[in-house]
Amino acid sequence: MAGSDTTERRPPVVTVGVLGWLRANLFNGWFNSLLTLLALWLLIETVPPVLDWLLFSAVWGDVAPSVCKGADGACWAFIREKYRLILFGRFPFEAQWRPLLAVILVLGLVGVSTNRRFWTKWLGLAWLIGMVVYLWLLGGGFGLQPVRTDLWGGLPLTLLLAIVGIIVAFPLSLLLALGRRSNMPIIKALCVGYIELIRGVPLITLLFMASFMIPLFTPTGVNVDAVLRAQIAIIVFVSAYLSEVIRGGLQALPRGQYEAAAALGLTYWQMQRKVILPQALKISIPPIVNTYIAMFKDTSLVAIISLTDLLLATRQAFADPEWRPFFVEGYIFIALIYWAFCFFMSKYSQHLERVMATGLNK
Amino acid sequence: MTENVAEGRRTAQPRKRAGGTPMWRDPRTRAIIYQILVLGGVILLVAYLVSNTMANLEARSIRTGFGFLDEEAGFNIGESAFLAYQAADSYGRAFLVGLINTLRVALLGIVLATIVGTIIGIARLSKNWLVAHLASLYVEVMRNIPLLLQLFFWYSVITGLLPAVREALNVMPGVFLSKSGLRYAVPEPHAVHGWMGLAFLIAVGGCVAYYRWAKRRQARTGREPTLVLPFAGLLLGLPALAWLAGGAPTAMDVPTMGTFNFEGGAKISPEFLALLLGLTLYTAGFIAEIVRSGILAVPWGQTEAASAIGLSRAKVLRLVLLPQALRIIVPPTTSQYLNLTKNSSLAVAIGYPDLVSVGNTTLNQTGQAIECIAIMMACYLTISLSISLFMNWYNARIALVER
Repeated sequence: MAGSDTTERRPPVVTVGVLGWLRANLFNGWFNSLLTLLALWLLIETVPPVLDWLLFSAVWGDVAPSVCKGADGACWAFIREKYRLILFGRFPFEAQWRPLLAVILVLGLVGVSTNRRFWTKWLGLAWLIGMVVYLWLLGGGFGLQPVRTDLWGGLPLTLLLAIVGIIVAFPLSLLLALGRRSNMPIIKALCVGYIELIRGVPLITLLFMASFMIPLFTPTGVNVDAVLRAQIAIIVFVSAYLSEVIRGGLQALPRGQYEAAAALGLTYWQMQRKVILPQALKISIPPIVNTYIAMFKDTSLVAIISLTDLLLATRQAFADPEWRPFFVEGYIFIALIYWAFCFFMSKYSQHLERVMATGLNK
Repeated sequence: MTENVAEGRRTAQPRKRAGGTPMWRDPRTRAIIYQILVLGGVILLVAYLVSNTMANLEARSIRTGFGFLDEEAGFNIGESAFLAYQAADSYGRAFLVGLINTLRVALLGIVLATIVGTIIGIARLSKNWLVAHLASLYVEVMRNIPLLLQLFFWYSVITGLLPAVREALNVMPGVFLSKSGLRYAVPEPHAVHGWMGLAFLIAVGGCVAYYRWAKRRQARTGREPTLVLPFAGLLLGLPALAWLAGGAPTAMDVPTMGTFNFEGGAKISPEFLALLLGLTLYTAGFIAEIVRSGILAVPWGQTEAASAIGLSRAKVLRLVLLPQALRIIVPPTTSQYLNLTKNSSLAVAIGYPDLVSVGNTTLNQTGQAIECIAIMMACYLTISLSISLFMNWYNARIALVER
């Protein structure tokens, strides 16, 4: 007892603090040290020039393209000059407060919807009203100057295609998923056929089909709007993928839930509405959000059938020969927009997965 | 036994309906009625659409039927592999060239995306902080930007920022990169190449035979087979021997600068390069996540248990971890392969002559939208179904055999 040395000693300097962290995470073993050095070399080679190009040597001011040509860095003057064309397409210039307001409205609704406290039927109503206002702001009428749909463009069009796609495809995919698990052979066969057919072909063929064949399908004289045609193709496409996700949720439920609900004497629709779907949808929320992310990115395909969405509007911005050399800046700008939306959605889905992980699996 | 079964069957027979229940209360009758109603609705809808279409086609005097496939196409296709094509050839042949181009870029893309994706997925799991975070950065950037935007970006970079042909970048000896794509040296055609291919095939057969023999010997004597050396020897040695026996031709067809463009060598067009690059980098981001979660899903106890029974590191990986991880990795990877194949249709946006691109041109020339779109869809459906059939077969082979 007397001989024991109780004076405090600090741990060796190489196991704690910055040095300890470096050793544990970057230089544990020769292979990792080599990897670290390689990665560092790569970073030193690429990061400073890229930062220099993006920020320090970049041209920010309101200048002519000729000034940009002489500079070493990015030409953000291009974005400054063309941002309204990129964001709103060819929407009448003096009326562009309308799409701006529409985008703010939708972003506000999205913001409210992320809070689970507001997940009531009123939220659904708010979205319906919101979308009607959105369409009114874009299309005009009722006191606003009407704007033809071929002038709609940029971010509002991208958001419109994505959000209407989400809202309409969801109930459709519920029916398809239930139909695919139905006991009625004809209904099951129809649903399986639809889902597998749509999932087997690329979206672009569906968009071609919508833009070339819907005019043939409708009676002579009836004209379906180009935006609506693309919207139909997107809804048809997404509902097939979404129904498979929901089917996964339905299959993950234990049989006992179905049997217990049936034993209570609930009818088919009561059983689905009160017992099965609330649980199945809860498990499938994260993959549903992932499907929405994929769909949001896929709306860019409408650029191929000449709808002026965010992507095509940007390409039109550097169709201007003076600004043509600065396409990289344009692409980076909208890549950031797409990235921000998708990254937010994926982080949100991971968050939901964490907070909703109760009950069935620990 | 037989009696029991017979009895069970008898009780399963529907009893006579209890007195007062009307027929429309019987779930089975109602199921039949619902189905007839739905089917009738679908048939009516289709009939309506078909009659409208017929009327419209007649009004616009558009032909129907696939007769146009035999007619002269009259448009050029930028690149065609394995199948020569000129503007004077038929539409049918043009479609075939498009299909081959689609398959070519999809196959290469699948192979490359698997390699890149696996490396990045493993890098994300690395204990090295820097490497793991760089890999995460890659995944987060690639997965959250639309593929079409990435394709446009790569295509613009290749055709806009790379030097003109005359100042082509000499990346490696014999490899030139410029606005008009990639030019690289290839060995000059020589009779010995065929023999080398044959030798390689024989070597593959030899490897299979050796593997079977070594496994039988292991079962008999317990001696572990050495595989790497004999395999490498056979696969590399036999073709090398054939090459030597053929006089060891070393002549290379090196691209040289002519008056306007390179002459000789093999060529990869900028469209193909951009499409392949975009598809590979985009899909690799998704495959990386699948690989990562597959490896993470194997419990750590498996590694410990395998080490405890004395397996080497390599064998732990090969015999214990990989088979279990693959079971989780294969199904989602299949759908990524399918996605890549379907996404290759975005080629139409950057002018690579794939199936959709050729179909679109044909559609615009002939006006026969229904037939052209049907051909495209049928091709993709066939490709999709065959990939999923193959993968289902593979999946069933490696699936866990339960009681």
